[in-house]
Amino acid sequence: MLMVEGLRRPGLGPVDFSLSAGECVSLSGPSGVGKTLLLRAIADLDPSTGRVVLDGVGREAVPAPRWRRMVRYFAAEPGWWAERVSDHFADWDAAVPLVRSLLLPPEIGKAPVARLSTGERQRLALVRGLMARPLVLLLDEPTAALDPAARTAAEDMLAARQAEGVGMLWVTHDAAQARRVATRHLVMEDGRVREANDGGGDAA
Amino acid sequence: MTYISLSFSDLALAALLILVNAGLSLALGLGLERRLFVAASRMVVQLLLVGLVLEALFRTVNPWATALVAAAMVGFAGREATARQEHRLAGWWSQGLGTGAMLMAAGIVTLFALTTQLRPHPWYDPRYAIPLLGMVLGNTMNGISLGLNALTGDLGHNRAAVEARLALGADRWQAMRFLAGKSLRMATTPIVNSMAATGLVSLPGMMTGQILGGVAPFEAVKYQILVMFLIAGGTGIGAVAAIGGGVLRLTDHRHRLRLDRLG
Repeated sequence: MLMVEGLRRPGLGPVDFSLSAGECVSLSGPSGVGKTLLLRAIADLDPSTGRVVLDGVGREAVPAPRWRRMVRYFAAEPGWWAERVSDHFADWDAAVPLVRSLLLPPEIGKAPVARLSTGERQRLALVRGLMARPLVLLLDEPTAALDPAARTAAEDMLAARQAEGVGMLWVTHDAAQARRVATRHLVMEDGRVREANDGGGDAA
Repeated sequence: MTYISLSFSDLALAALLILVNAGLSLALGLGLERRLFVAASRMVVQLLLVGLVLEALFRTVNPWATALVAAAMVGFAGREATARQEHRLAGWWSQGLGTGAMLMAAGIVTLFALTTQLRPHPWYDPRYAIPLLGMVLGNTMNGISLGLNALTGDLGHNRAAVEARLALGADRWQAMRFLAGKSLRMATTPIVNSMAATGLVSLPGMMTGQILGGVAPFEAVKYQILVMFLIAGGTGIGAVAAIGGGVLRLTDHRHRLRLDRLG
């Protein structure tokens, strides 16, 4: 589904790997090694060279906004541009079922973003990014700020998307989580990735 | 028209006020006296030079000489607008964007006034063109530098917000809209406020000058209204051009945020 070939940018690459439809691949490696850079490069948020192809279509062949609607990057620290939570959603009512399934009350839509906890924001960003049905998810530690119950809820929600054929590249420092959610594991060293069999190199 | 001509001894008498200020600064230990003298001296020298240039310019009514002086004014305004930026665009752009926007906005507005309302003969008569350009330019410069400062200054703090919009599939204009709108409000607020307060809180300098020069108050008021409209128009056009150019420069054709283009 997603093919990455010779992807390079300063501090990264060349990186080659592929992702099948409905597959979840974990990505681990020490902080600062370039995992976020890789995700951003795939989403075309930073200039990079090399081929990134989704279902046979190269990223240069599609306008960048459309590419990012299909290949969606979830930042470790999501950004907010308006005051209220619901202003960040095209249709808040449509988002409510997902919000509930992540153990948040629907009234949170009226809350100012500034008053939310990091974990609440991370869950809302997850819902926000899933609304337009992207085909590939680039997840940068999507559950890092969540308590165990919320983390399980988030993993379940993403697993449901995976079952629908969505491909995922999931950055995590938690080897147990990597084994739980992913069937293939990549490790990043010196700006390059290699396959690992053990659920990622670094311990939880 | 009658007006009271000033002699140099009148000015020297008024300069005593600066000495009073300097004395206060010394007495209170503010350490301002040096800067005060330098600023006052610069003011005197710069204005005397401008007076000489304008005397010569008005006598000749030469289109090329007028254009040269106008270009120098735009250049100085561009430098001043750039110097006020905290976070500048890298390279040639820091100077070019502000100057270009100012040239366009002040140029359009000044030519509009010269060819439709004032209509001097010839239309480029420096007696009208240069003071008009100066007033429009000064205010446009203010608006542009405030607007660009808001755009580039806030971008660092709002990087995550802009990139969140981009990652969700917004194009560069949609992603930067909330920042560009805020910058435009910053740029135009001073002129909106000053239009609302003019006459009540402040008597505009140009109008006061005309009245002191012997013009009937109502005539001076009509000129002031014209100038305020020109300034408001110039500030709006200039701010839109500068902020629009800034948004384009700080993003690229693949709708990526390019903070690396900030110097």
